[in-house]
Amino acid sequence: MYSTNYVVIFVVAMTSLVAISLTTLREVTKDQAIQNEATFNKRQILMAVSDHLGEGKDIDGMSDDEVLEVFSSQVEQLALNNDGNKLESAAIQASGYKGGKPENIDMAKEKKKPLEERIFPLYIFNSGAEKFYIMSVRGNGLWDEIWGNIALESDFNTIAGAAFDHKGETPGLGAEIKDNPAFAKRFKGTKIYNEEGEFVSVYVRKGGAKDPDHEVDGISGATVTADGVTEMLYRGLDKYQPFIEEQKTGQPVQGMLIK
Amino acid sequence: MAEVITKVEEKEPLFGKKERKLIMDPLTDNNPITVQVLGICSALAVTSLVYPSVVISIAVVFVCAFSSLFTSLIRERIPSQVRMIVQLVIIASLVTIVELVLKWANYPIYKQLSVYIGLIITNCIVMGRLEAYAMANKPWRSFVDGIGNGLGYGAILILVAIFRELFGKGTLFAGSPIELKFIGPTPEYMINTVAEGSWFGWYANNNLMVLPAAAMFIIAIFIWVQRSRNPELVDIS
Repeated sequence: MYSTNYVVIFVVAMTSLVAISLTTLREVTKDQAIQNEATFNKRQILMAVSDHLGEGKDIDGMSDDEVLEVFSSQVEQLALNNDGNKLESAAIQASGYKGGKPENIDMAKEKKKPLEERIFPLYIFNSGAEKFYIMSVRGNGLWDEIWGNIALESDFNTIAGAAFDHKGETPGLGAEIKDNPAFAKRFKGTKIYNEEGEFVSVYVRKGGAKDPDHEVDGISGATVTADGVTEMLYRGLDKYQPFIEEQKTGQPVQGMLIK
Repeated sequence: MAEVITKVEEKEPLFGKKERKLIMDPLTDNNPITVQVLGICSALAVTSLVYPSVVISIAVVFVCAFSSLFTSLIRERIPSQVRMIVQLVIIASLVTIVELVLKWANYPIYKQLSVYIGLIITNCIVMGRLEAYAMANKPWRSFVDGIGNGLGYGAILILVAIFRELFGKGTLFAGSPIELKFIGPTPEYMINTVAEGSWFGWYANNNLMVLPAAAMFIIAIFIWVQRSRNPELVDIS
């Protein structure tokens, strides 16, 4: 048996050594890690407009540099508050994002805030011929959070593309929302407003879509995840409604183009 | 199988017969998964794709080898009262290193593995080797033993993943630069069905293989094959 003093000294010495070395390693790798994460997120955003990137461009085949290049030259970004008003850089910083850019907004953090304090990013992708408005949504699947980016055409009604991701859905069932490119493709061409101009979002229908304009097929064995997607789309896109209304009537808003 | 611990004689080669045995044993007759039946939970969780399995295997080899090395280096100074906690701190810090390095070097794969990297800490193989071998042996031997057991674990992981990915998704190494596609997806590809016109169009992807339960069957088959080839491994009790 060792004396208590020895044990205490040993443990303190060991933990400090470990703490110092791990902190050093973290500090050294931090900048690159943050940059990697940002690139990863930008790639996810561009996945929503993967069909409109231009001839022969495939989002999976693009290198990180190409993604950053497209993002900085073709994407404008802005941040909106709950009333659909455009936020300035200072307001984004006040919401807890040091970078002050809309791209810094972390939807996971926003989801935990009270409704009226939440802010949302909006990305405007300019393909040259047309502008696409990419909206970020986040909700709950079966086991954990799911999120996605939805691109609307410039009529603010037709979905031009969608991309989903998840934290821990079941592989082969719920995880198909991300793993199977066919699922996101089903949203292409659906509309979020009905003929009367009412917001209806897009419904993921179990057993097959009945209304091709506002419904898409679900996934067998993944009813809860599919319902989560429906819910997420309804609530998430609903937040962008004030902005959309404003756009339809007033002047088109200018985003910040971040070089 | 009991470990044969012999006294180290002087002037032994750096990589002699015993070190060879330390590497080869976990790969064959003393495999941590199929013979000792350790580390099953993580083997079920990460093996649905080959590429993440390879990354996890490398991480486990690293953690296993270096935790054995460090534990062995300080084995005579570790107070016996807090032995396990000390081992745990060593393992946990190495796993944190793996996590930080992955985040730095390859963020997409870090995202894909997410919690499973952290779960290496709870992998019974790592701590089992520290308790059984590194606490009683010299650093170099312990290091080699760690590599051996990490490899033994990784080999099974990758084998299981090859079966699961090939029959469950029709691909190999999906997500890596050398992705091989055998079955779909094509643009017309539907969920839970198969692309028509591909060479393997007659084969419908088996969704069961993607679920964790499939790993259980495959590991069980490995255990069966191994024990019927080598009856010495069968427990008669």
